[in-house]
Amino acid sequence: MVELWYALAAFAIAAYVVLDGYDLGAGILHLFVAKSDADRRAVISAIGPYWDGNEVWLLAIAGALFVGFPSVLAAAFSGMYLAMFMVVWSLALRGISIEMRGQSHDELWRAFWDFVFAVSSGVLVVLLAVALGNVLRGFPLEHGAVVLPLFTDFTPSPPTGLVDWYTLAVALFAIAALARHAALWLSWKSAGDLRARCARVANYSGPIVVVSWVGAWAASLVVAHVAMRPLSFAFAVIAFGSLAASFVFARRERFLAAFSASSAFLASVIFGIASATFPTLLRSIDGKDSMDAYAAAASPHALAVGSIWYVAGVIAVIVAFARQYRDVEKS
Amino acid sequence: MGDALLWHRLQFAFTAVYHYVFPQLTMGLAPVIVFLRWRREDRLADFLTRVFAINFAFGVVTGFPMEFQFGTNWAGLARYAGDVIGQTLAMEGMFAFFLESIFLGVLLWSKPSPRQKLFASAALWAGSWLSAYFILATHAFTEHPQGFVKNGDKLQLDSLADLLLSRWAWTEVAHTLVAALVTGAFVLAAMGAYYTLSRKHEDVAKRLLAIGTTLGLAASLAVAFPTGDQQAKLVAHHQEPALAAMEGRFESGQMAGITLIGQPNVPQRRLDNPIRVPGALSFLAYGTFHGDVRGLSAFPEDEWPQNIELLYYAFHLMAGIGTLMIGIMSLAVLQRFRKKLEVLDARGTRPLLWALMLAFPLPYIANTAGWITAELGRQPWVIYGVLRTRDASSTNVHSGDVLFTLIGFCGLYLMLGLLFVFLIGREVMRGPVEVEGHG
Repeated sequence: MVELWYALAAFAIAAYVVLDGYDLGAGILHLFVAKSDADRRAVISAIGPYWDGNEVWLLAIAGALFVGFPSVLAAAFSGMYLAMFMVVWSLALRGISIEMRGQSHDELWRAFWDFVFAVSSGVLVVLLAVALGNVLRGFPLEHGAVVLPLFTDFTPSPPTGLVDWYTLAVALFAIAALARHAALWLSWKSAGDLRARCARVANYSGPIVVVSWVGAWAASLVVAHVAMRPLSFAFAVIAFGSLAASFVFARRERFLAAFSASSAFLASVIFGIASATFPTLLRSIDGKDSMDAYAAAASPHALAVGSIWYVAGVIAVIVAFARQYRDVEKS
Repeated sequence: MGDALLWHRLQFAFTAVYHYVFPQLTMGLAPVIVFLRWRREDRLADFLTRVFAINFAFGVVTGFPMEFQFGTNWAGLARYAGDVIGQTLAMEGMFAFFLESIFLGVLLWSKPSPRQKLFASAALWAGSWLSAYFILATHAFTEHPQGFVKNGDKLQLDSLADLLLSRWAWTEVAHTLVAALVTGAFVLAAMGAYYTLSRKHEDVAKRLLAIGTTLGLAASLAVAFPTGDQQAKLVAHHQEPALAAMEGRFESGQMAGITLIGQPNVPQRRLDNPIRVPGALSFLAYGTFHGDVRGLSAFPEDEWPQNIELLYYAFHLMAGIGTLMIGIMSLAVLQRFRKKLEVLDARGTRPLLWALMLAFPLPYIANTAGWITAELGRQPWVIYGVLRTRDASSTNVHSGDVLFTLIGFCGLYLMLGLLFVFLIGREVMRGPVEVEGHG
């Protein structure tokens, strides 16, 4: 049961990265690829019907932690207090900017909300990636609670803050990978000049994704002691394969296939990390007092009851998503 | 970090009160929109859907912080009771939020047929009420916990059915949803009155007034009886100190009266300048005038709610406005039956329409005061009788950090509020006309 909830949490994270990833990435690219108002409207329309639904997976992550591992939720959320509220505020500004933009035809009004949309998307990606970096590297944990400043001297050695060169390296990879992910989605969804620009971004950002990925990985092996297991090695191979496939498809302008391959890449990166760190959920930076899945799990009854409705909910969300994508495609 | 608890509480209170401005209208309008679509009144339904959508968007962005705060600010609560409340809070995120976001996407971003619109509106109704149900079931657990066992330093889920189907949960759901219908009805009536007074969209104005006043009277009555009455009986049975504080009652005894007005004087342990209806409280709480309603002096002070004055005034504000709302809507329904509500030249019509137009904040104030009553009445517990509020907050978060985020919320929410007023105001000014789609 504990393994199941660990897997469910990993699945929710992977789904969130793949799905909200392309609309967050679209926010990062927005000001660069979309030059005219028509372009920008096209970008917003390409994510408009989906972004709200994609954020359901963020709640699914929090839900999996709350039901499965409540003490981890308590430690991680309160330990990253200021960063969590920056996430919350960015989510609010981003949601509002998408809804506000179309409310007026005034040029400055639209330019302002385009800017808010781009900045809040970028900040969200950086913060969420920084959180991931901290989970990999470990927290100063004492009795299940974390006291962690936002930053210290920016070196990755203790005493660490939330933001430093290692976690920023993870953030750089996240920005590159999600920007490319979004460029493929937009190339598939748009036409004309916008499509050409997005396709160019997708091709040029390829090497940056590879370099930043290898860099973040190497740093993780040094800083974060991430163990390589057979399963995580398998996921790494899949990640390499799908990233390569995504390059090839993008060159041949088969953007849906390239986007799917990019999705497989992102998902296998997450699954690779999850399988490498299992069963540790919150690693203690000095190796003692780490919170592992078995110790932090909720009671067996809560896990059993929760697994029934949670899995049913995940299936319902997937089915409804598939229907919605089909319906929007048709109309 | 001594005063961190105060900032934690203020931040949660502020963000919760602010958040609830939006969902109460969403929940109140959703069934009306379904009704209109079913009756094929799609022009009015489309207009109300636009109002609904703006409300919904603001409800979502202010709702996210609520879920996050259980982890960031109330780590003690999450650690201690996450086994139980994690279930219902996560259900809300998974089912309700997902229904709402998916089907709002359908309504706003595609060009659905009338049948699809009816279906999507029904799903939004289900989603918004289901969302309320899961949140209120969580809240009911904090007011009257059941369905759990204690195991060492934690609570464990014992029965999900007891958690979801507790009597307190159902009563609270009924009271809260009916109160949301009151908000919806008053907003509809206010729009109808505004259009009538400004001689715009006259056919739609008639419909808005008809639906608003009929639903408004029915819901205002139902929010007092039976739902409010049942809620008060639960408090009387399970939270005696809360009831005593709500009524400003310090001494015990039979034939307890209901206080209409009066000022609680906590240091002197008495109610100054009261006007009471004798025996009414005993009768309402226990069904007999001989019911012994215990006063605060019967309980140790560390079980008293901490802010008795605010609790007392919030409760009386809610009850007073509730009565006023029944009065306004009764008058409006009566005038409508006499065919005088929509005719501007009839005697007495204008003042009544002005009153209806300006009365829409009343249900918002009453709803807010009701929540303040519920939350302050539960103090000093965060889970009644089980976990004290002072043990529930995140001890590893510095008070300065919480003050910083509280101020941040004030700034952000000021901006959101201005945007909201601008957008809703523009939508209402424009009225039920055909508009271009999104984007």
